[in-house]
Amino acid sequence: MPGAAEDPELEQLEIELLLEAVYRRYGFDFREYAQASLKRRLWRRAYAEGLTTLTDLQARLLHDPRCMERLLLDLSINVTSMFRDPSFYVAFREKVVPTLHTYPFTRIWCAGCSTGEEVYSLAIMLAEEGLYDRTRIYATDINENVLATARAGVFPLAKMQQYTQNYIRGGGKHDFSRYYVAAYDAAQFSRSLLDNIVFAQHNLAMDRAFNDFNAILCRNVMIYFDKALQNRVHGLFYESLEMFGVLALGHKESLSFSPFAAKYEILDEPERIYRKTA
Amino acid sequence: MYEVIVIGTSWGGLDAVSRLLDGLDDAVRQPIVVVQHRSAESEDGALAHLLSHHTRRSVRDAEDKTELEPYHVYLGPPDYHVLVEDGHIALSTDEPVQYARPSIDVLFESAADEYGERAIGIVLTGANDDGARGLAKIKDCGGVAIVQEPSSSERRAMPDAAIAATVADAILPLEEIPNFLYGVCL
Repeated sequence: MPGAAEDPELEQLEIELLLEAVYRRYGFDFREYAQASLKRRLWRRAYAEGLTTLTDLQARLLHDPRCMERLLLDLSINVTSMFRDPSFYVAFREKVVPTLHTYPFTRIWCAGCSTGEEVYSLAIMLAEEGLYDRTRIYATDINENVLATARAGVFPLAKMQQYTQNYIRGGGKHDFSRYYVAAYDAAQFSRSLLDNIVFAQHNLAMDRAFNDFNAILCRNVMIYFDKALQNRVHGLFYESLEMFGVLALGHKESLSFSPFAAKYEILDEPERIYRKTA
Repeated sequence: MYEVIVIGTSWGGLDAVSRLLDGLDDAVRQPIVVVQHRSAESEDGALAHLLSHHTRRSVRDAEDKTELEPYHVYLGPPDYHVLVEDGHIALSTDEPVQYARPSIDVLFESAADEYGERAIGIVLTGANDDGARGLAKIKDCGGVAIVQEPSSSERRAMPDAAIAATVADAILPLEEIPNFLYGVCL
C-alpha cells in the first residue's frame, strides 16, 4: 500500500512538512511518532481520499477540517479486543488486585484507551474482584470521536465469541453474556459498568499530569511513539503514579530502555507489570 | 554492504526457516527478521525456542524498539505487525493486512523504506500471496529478492505470487539459499 513516492528523501520531506502543517493548524503533534507505522497510516489516508501524494494530503488537511478528523481517527484507533492477552488479566488478578484491596479507594488511568475494549475489560475484572465500587477509572484518548465510541459501549456481536474465550482464559468468573445485551448485530454493554469511568480527552504527547494514580494501563499505545516521546511519556507516568503504584505495558514493550527503569520493580516480567518503588 | 535480511513464510515455514538457519554460515552476520504467520493465540516465545535448536544465533520474539544486532534473529510476535526503522524494531497493532498480523508485506515494505538497496528479502513456502508486494518493493528500491523454488516448497502459492510480482534475483531450492546468501553477503 504505502510507498508511492519514487524518491525516499522527497517523501521524508513531505512527511515532515505535513506533520508540521497539522501541528501548526490544529495543534496535534505527531512529529515524534514512530516513522514506519506513521508513514503507512498517512499513505492509507491519502489513498482513501483518492490522493496520490502526501503533499496533496497536506493541502486537503489544511483546507478541510473533516479530513483532519478522518486522519485523527486513523492515527488514534488501536486495533484491540476485549481481554486481549488473557494472561495479562490473570496476572493482574493475582498480583495487583490484592494490593488494591488494601486501599480505601483506587484511581486507575487507562491511557490511550481508543474505543474502550480494554476499559470495559478492566471494569468487568474489577467488579468480579469486588473492587469496582471503590475504584474510579480515568479513560483518556487524544480523539473525542473514539471516546464517544468507547462511552457508547457497543461492540460487534460477531466479536463476542472471541471475547468470551478471552474472558474465560483471563480468569473470568461468570457467564460473559451477563455483561451485555445482544441486539441485531451489536452487543450493548451494561451501563452499570460505566458508573465509575470518567472519559476525557488527553494528549500524551502534549498534556500534563492531571491526577495521582494507583495504577496506569498503557498497553500497545507507546509502540507508535519514537524513543524521545516514549521517554517523555514515561516521565509523565512516573510523575502521575503514587508510590507503589503499578504500571502495565503491552507484552512486547519494555521499560528497560527508559531512563525510569531503575525507579520500578518488576511485578510480572512476561506481562510487563511494574511497580514504582523510588 | 547489506544491512538486514527479512524472511517471510506461512504454511511449512517452521521447517523451512529451521533448515535455512541450519545451513547458514556464521560469516553471514546481518540481523535477520522473520515473519512466520501464526495465530494470535500462539504462545509467546514458543517459535523462538524451536528455532533456537537450529542455530547458534540468538533467536527471540521481536520487542518494540529493540536495536537490530548482528548475528541475531528476530521473530514477528503473534498479533503484532513487525517493522524496521532507524536500526531498531517497531511494532504495531494496526489491522491485519490480508488477514495476517504479522504481515510479511508490512515488514518487507518497511525494510525497503529504511534500507533500500541494503535490504535482502526472502519469500519461502506458504499458502497465500502475502510477501509478494513487499518483495517487489524491496526489489524496486534496489535490494535483493530471493524466492524459494516453488515446486520444492511445501506450499507453492506464496513463492508463485512473489515470482509473479517481481523479477527475483534468485529462485532456489531451500538448501541452496544459505550458499547464495553467503555469496551475496560476503
